[in-house]
Amino acid sequence: MDLLRSLAITGTEEVLSVSGLILLLAAAWGGDKASRVISIAAVAVLTVCAVLTVPALWHGAMGAETAAWGGQFKGDAFAAFAKLLIYVGAAVTLIVAPAFFERTGAMRAEFPLLVLFASMGMGMMVSATDMLSLYIGLELNSLAAYVLAAFLRSDERSAEAGLKYFVLGSLASGILLYGVSLTYGFTGSTSFAGIREALSGPLSMGATFGVVFVLAGLAFKVSAAPFHMWTPDVYEGAPTPVTTFFAIAPKVAALCLLMRVSLDAFGTQPGAWQQIVIFVALLSIVIGALGAIGQDNIKRLLAYSSINNVGFMLIGLACTTQAGASAMLVYLLIYVAMSVAAFVAVLMLRDEDGAPVESIAAMAGLSTTRPMLALALAAVMFSLAGIPPLFGFWGKFLVFRAAVEANLLSLAAIGIAASVIGAFYYIKVVKVMYFDEAANVVRGKSDLAQRVLLFVSVVAISPLGYRLTGALDVLAGHAAAALFHFG
Amino acid sequence: MNGVPILSLMLLVPLIGAVACLMAGREQARAIALAATLVDLVLGAVLWSHYQIGGPQWQFQEHAAVFSGFEWKLGIDGIALLLIALTVFLMPICIGASWNAIEKRAGEYYANFLVMETLMIGVFSAQDLFLFYIMFEAGLIPMYLIIGIWGGADRIYASYKFFLYTLLGSVLMLIAMMWMANEAGTTDIPTLMEYSFPVKAQTWLWLAFFASFAVKMPMWPTHTWLPDAHVQAPTAGSVILAGVLLKMGGYGFIRFSLPMFPEASAQFAPLIYGLSMAAVVITSLIALVQHDMKKLIAYSSVAHMAIVTVGLFAFNRQGLEGSMIVMLSHGIVSGALFLAVGVIYDRLHTREIDRYGGLAINMPAYALFFMLFTMASVGLPGTSGFVGEFLSLMGIYAQSSWVALVCTTGIILGAAYMLYLYRRVVFGVQKNADAAAMPDLDRREWAMMVPLGLAVLWMGVYPETFLAPMRKDIAGLEARLAQARPKGDAEWRAGALPLAGAEQEHGEAMEHGAEAAHGGAR
Repeated sequence: MDLLRSLAITGTEEVLSVSGLILLLAAAWGGDKASRVISIAAVAVLTVCAVLTVPALWHGAMGAETAAWGGQFKGDAFAAFAKLLIYVGAAVTLIVAPAFFERTGAMRAEFPLLVLFASMGMGMMVSATDMLSLYIGLELNSLAAYVLAAFLRSDERSAEAGLKYFVLGSLASGILLYGVSLTYGFTGSTSFAGIREALSGPLSMGATFGVVFVLAGLAFKVSAAPFHMWTPDVYEGAPTPVTTFFAIAPKVAALCLLMRVSLDAFGTQPGAWQQIVIFVALLSIVIGALGAIGQDNIKRLLAYSSINNVGFMLIGLACTTQAGASAMLVYLLIYVAMSVAAFVAVLMLRDEDGAPVESIAAMAGLSTTRPMLALALAAVMFSLAGIPPLFGFWGKFLVFRAAVEANLLSLAAIGIAASVIGAFYYIKVVKVMYFDEAANVVRGKSDLAQRVLLFVSVVAISPLGYRLTGALDVLAGHAAAALFHFG
Repeated sequence: MNGVPILSLMLLVPLIGAVACLMAGREQARAIALAATLVDLVLGAVLWSHYQIGGPQWQFQEHAAVFSGFEWKLGIDGIALLLIALTVFLMPICIGASWNAIEKRAGEYYANFLVMETLMIGVFSAQDLFLFYIMFEAGLIPMYLIIGIWGGADRIYASYKFFLYTLLGSVLMLIAMMWMANEAGTTDIPTLMEYSFPVKAQTWLWLAFFASFAVKMPMWPTHTWLPDAHVQAPTAGSVILAGVLLKMGGYGFIRFSLPMFPEASAQFAPLIYGLSMAAVVITSLIALVQHDMKKLIAYSSVAHMAIVTVGLFAFNRQGLEGSMIVMLSHGIVSGALFLAVGVIYDRLHTREIDRYGGLAINMPAYALFFMLFTMASVGLPGTSGFVGEFLSLMGIYAQSSWVALVCTTGIILGAAYMLYLYRRVVFGVQKNADAAAMPDLDRREWAMMVPLGLAVLWMGVYPETFLAPMRKDIAGLEARLAQARPKGDAEWRAGALPLAGAEQEHGEAMEHGAEAAHGGAR
């Protein structure tokens, strides 16, 4: 009985692994010619998995009946919320990728498979309630991600991105693992519940080190300052669809993992990590904003922007409250919508030959040559800057409100004042597109799938998005309640 | 009004117009924009005619629970009514001012203006704290685009400065609003206006709101974005900026700072007085030496807004009513002056004062209107400027005769720089042949000038029309401020108006002191 229940709870992982293996065989037989069919099948699998997460989220599943495999894994509403975002992000990647790779003939059947396996790893990350299952999920995701970053084999930048990601990612994994071992040594447990209980007394020096190392490793994965250095290089070098993937799915997974580890495993010692999170959050906001100012590559700019946004999201975590967690989840969802819109728009920036345009200077006067694309990008930029009435404002609003309610007034005040620095470079992009004379570089046509995705995501971040606030409140509330239900 | 959501309708009409403009060509876009603004003007007239003077404080209330965290809640009192009326009155004139001047990307241009109108009406009618913030802040985007795309040579610098200055000003206000919502447990503005926040917290809240409104107003020394923005913006942009956007600062003071934090307002009144006195004198002197007409008027706006702030912080009825009238009057007059500059700018494409001269000869009708607005700006009796400035200064005189004295110099200096401007542009010899050959006002320009001129005269001759709707609200505000009102300097000397127990004791202590001194002498 217990086995059956566990199997049911890990349903999405089973679907992903089994269908991943079947598609792997298909790829082996069919070769690269089958890549299109395999992509479509992979999107279908991800859609099925996304649908499978809905019941747990809808009913707000939590507590003991969601635990599987002897407490290694939890299929609660929180995991469901994160998985939904991850699967959507992965599906978007698969939808936009073919048009990008096919131009140079670089589309290979392995691409959708890697994305599928990475998604499975990320699903495990957000569901893990044990340091070991956490690590397995993390590595499964990372291995696939390293290969994805280097996917354009003939492109030096892509190879460099892959190598950089691999070296620094392994280092981060090592730090994390070291932290895990310290934590295990001082608490005698690898399960979150066990660590939680063991830490409830006074905190020993060794355990503090463990907590710090675990958080440092995870900060690496969410690309929060001061562990952010790899992000701009990897974002710039990786093929744009892969960058899209990195900006969405692993970010969601790592942030949710960080939430679960901090609030669940280390939840009885918030004093040990709250300061760290506040420091990391403010530093990410400032570095993300300052670093972006001099950039001329739109992908690099978006990399810094993601560092900046992670900083704002971490303010939600710094609250250590359920409202903070819920705010963070809503922010994550809006961030996913903004990232989809931003990267799909970047993918649509192509010159006459269809080669991607990444330079911001080449976007000059886009509003006269491609008005709709420029409008979409402008909406994304204002939304990322958090200017109302764009929906990006709402994410910032919620985390700051949670911070104010948690009496972290100075954090909120400094954070929001620093957001003005970020506004500078976002409006610079708008300036280039709207105020400058047309450079007439962007001329390529874009395919229907990209336009549909762009339209949907821009509508979501437009003022119409505020109609979703009620539903988001309920869903994120379910997820946060599940996260704060221990035992 | 019979359940018709007229305020939502007023927000919706320009918004629909904006979407339509985006898709239309130049000719259709301007026609759509004019139609939308005229419909809003009619709706505004309906709003005013159905407003019950002396009726309930909040009228035309609407409420729809469509969001989580904040609410779609609209409603107006007399103060908001007047500012909405100002907005809908100026908008068709702005469209008219752009009629021929805007040639490139006209659809987007008119769309931006219409979005702007929606947001301005939204600011004045919002009854939810966060709805207000969203409307207040959202106005940055269209104005940034208007300055940046259709502005003058240095437009990019000006647009950045405008955007970042005002954004930095208002973000801290958001944190303060969140704290208030958390403390009071509601985001409803009318409820918050009656809520008593702890005096210690009021200080911080007041400062956070002040940062936002002082930049928006703008008060010296945060005014430097204004001349840049004004000079670079297209004519209609300047009109809307001076006419309505600056009024958001004053509206903010009257809606938030004063009623919600009366004690802190009293505590910071000297700060306001100091900044306002500095603004009146300094910016008036700066205006005196300008060579650019728009810059001159922009600096004069800062000086006029300083009269508004001293009037608001006079804590009495004359001051508050006077400030409102100055805001309305300045909205119309400075709008009209920018329009007058725009008229000759369209012909000669320069704002340099020295390039003009002797326009009274070839443009007599223009000279007449320009004179009327100059006089109104100076504050000549019979024009709108006089009523407001007189009331404001009278209000502040009751509070502090020194502040009144310094601020009154603003009137004298105002007369100096405005008449000097007028002399150089309209009188004198015709120095340049091209300026001398400019044709007089055409029909379109007449149609814009006449309503503005009539409004100026109406407000100057029969201000009761504009005072009546807000009388009850101002009285309520005065009553709310009464307990916190600092003692005026006239009251200190005479001791004739003992206000509260504490002050009486103080008076007695002084008497005792006098007796003791007397005894000592004896």
